[in-house]
Amino acid sequence: MAARKKPAATAKTVLVTGAAGSLAKRVIARLYPQYNVIAVDFRHKVDIDGGIPTYKVEIHKRDFEDVFRNHKVDAIIHIGRIFAHESDRHRRYNSNVLGMRKLLELAKRYGVGQVIVYSTFLVYGASAYNPALLDEDQPLKAAEVTQELVDSVELESLANIYLWKHPELNITILRPCSVLGPGVRNTMSILLARSVAPVLIGFSPMMQFVHVDDMADAIKLAFEQNRPGIYNVAPEDWIAYQDAVAQCGCKRLPIPSVPPAVPRLISNVLNWNAFFPGYMIDFFKYPVVIDGRLFRETFGWQPRRKLNDIFSYYRRQKLPAGGA
Amino acid sequence: MNLRESLKSLSPDALKEALMSRVVTPEIDAWMARMPKPVGSFGYDPWGYNESQAKVGLGLAKLLYDHYFRVTSTGLEHVPATGRVLLVANHSGQLPMDGMMISVAVATNDNGPRVPRSMIERFFPTVPWLGNIFSAWGSVIGDPLNATKMLEAEELLVVFPEGVRGSGKPYAKRYELQRFGHGFMHMAVTQNVPIIPIGVVGCEETMPSLLNFWPLAKLLGIPYFPVGPLLPLPARVFLNFGEPMHFGGCVTREDEVQKRVDQVKDAIRGLIDVGLKQRTKIF
Repeated sequence: MAARKKPAATAKTVLVTGAAGSLAKRVIARLYPQYNVIAVDFRHKVDIDGGIPTYKVEIHKRDFEDVFRNHKVDAIIHIGRIFAHESDRHRRYNSNVLGMRKLLELAKRYGVGQVIVYSTFLVYGASAYNPALLDEDQPLKAAEVTQELVDSVELESLANIYLWKHPELNITILRPCSVLGPGVRNTMSILLARSVAPVLIGFSPMMQFVHVDDMADAIKLAFEQNRPGIYNVAPEDWIAYQDAVAQCGCKRLPIPSVPPAVPRLISNVLNWNAFFPGYMIDFFKYPVVIDGRLFRETFGWQPRRKLNDIFSYYRRQKLPAGGA
Repeated sequence: MNLRESLKSLSPDALKEALMSRVVTPEIDAWMARMPKPVGSFGYDPWGYNESQAKVGLGLAKLLYDHYFRVTSTGLEHVPATGRVLLVANHSGQLPMDGMMISVAVATNDNGPRVPRSMIERFFPTVPWLGNIFSAWGSVIGDPLNATKMLEAEELLVVFPEGVRGSGKPYAKRYELQRFGHGFMHMAVTQNVPIIPIGVVGCEETMPSLLNFWPLAKLLGIPYFPVGPLLPLPARVFLNFGEPMHFGGCVTREDEVQKRVDQVKDAIRGLIDVGLKQRTKIF
């Protein structure tokens, strides 16, 4: 069967970080066995069968370099990230920002020919003054709006510096909208999987969602076509947050929205850090709608799953056991 | 049996339905069906416009248009049925009633109804409910990126270049055009978009304000606080749509832009005079 096949001797070797995560697993499944894959994760032991070498190593530590000593890496797909709800700010900064720098330095030293950086739409920041359909050249306001997203912005600036300073690295930065689907553990996915979802009274910003399988396809396209640059990744479909919550079968829990300190306080007191964190309140208030046209046209990518397909996964989760 | 039936008709759902059928008339449904408007799988566009909510908005505004402000619109044949276009009008009356009335006129235009996209003040999205309702009805904040992308999508934009300078001015300055922003002209030139000037008469009298009580406005974080009637008065409104103005070519200096802006301003002034002559009584 396909899994028994070995990559050709001339096949490129791709290092995928964050390999224990849902998205990286899907990317690996799309790359192997056409390409050699090395799976790296910083926190969890990677559980992948087949002939894929796996490492559990912290990206900003010295032993990460051993991976490059042991293998001739042709490309890196950097997905691994520590979310704000997973660790304190200091550790997150070390891993996400210093780790990014370490990774780019190693890529330079070991002659890696391509780096794909998986960023996020959150870097644009939620502001009442945001126009819709943000292009890639819009300012990244997240750092201004909240301290907790500084590392996401800084990670991008680092990648940007290397993008123009070291064109030989062929850096592609992807800024996807909210990624949802089975196994995804980001804030929005955890939130929509819950039976009760907080909503801010009087606010229901427009949102965009992409299915994790479509995102994996997008990353594979970006890798194979190798067109360095910065790209938003989003489908041409939109929905208001409160409608999305209802579509996912969540009960709405209205919480007071003004003054802004009130929802933040509620979130902190009730410890909603994993799914409705205080620093992300503005994202449930103001829209951050990105324009994904450049990516769609450059790489010929179209998501295959509609919004309703994405929501149906969360709806089904809430059915009583044995039902349907 | 009869009692049960009549009790049923008093339930909140039935009342809501009865009210909705009064607002969203078959006529409104027909206008909406004729408007060319691409939306996503849940009826939204990227700026938050929503078909079903826009219907309710149009229904409510149409009631005001017909029965409260008793609007007379002339020159609607100048508004193209498709394609990008900028509608530029004078701004007055503290509340954006002028924008709402222009929107109704455009959305129920016999020559081809359009979804009106008003460019609104930047503070609206921060107000609970109001921000969402406005965007669901088609308004967006007046950001150049919004305008550019909407024109690329062949939308119809309603712009008030005076902004709060116009809407917040006291009654003593009625029908005096305030300074126009230049943003709309840059759009018109770079994107080669026709401008349709509109003269609005009557909205000045809906909310005559003695003065702007700015300390309170500052405290509340709103652009101005008018001292005047608490609700808009039922003044008759006259809308005069002018012929399309084209500004092609390229401008390199701001004073060249100013000249073109003044042409539009003159056209609007002329249309206001037409409206003032049309008007025989204020209320």
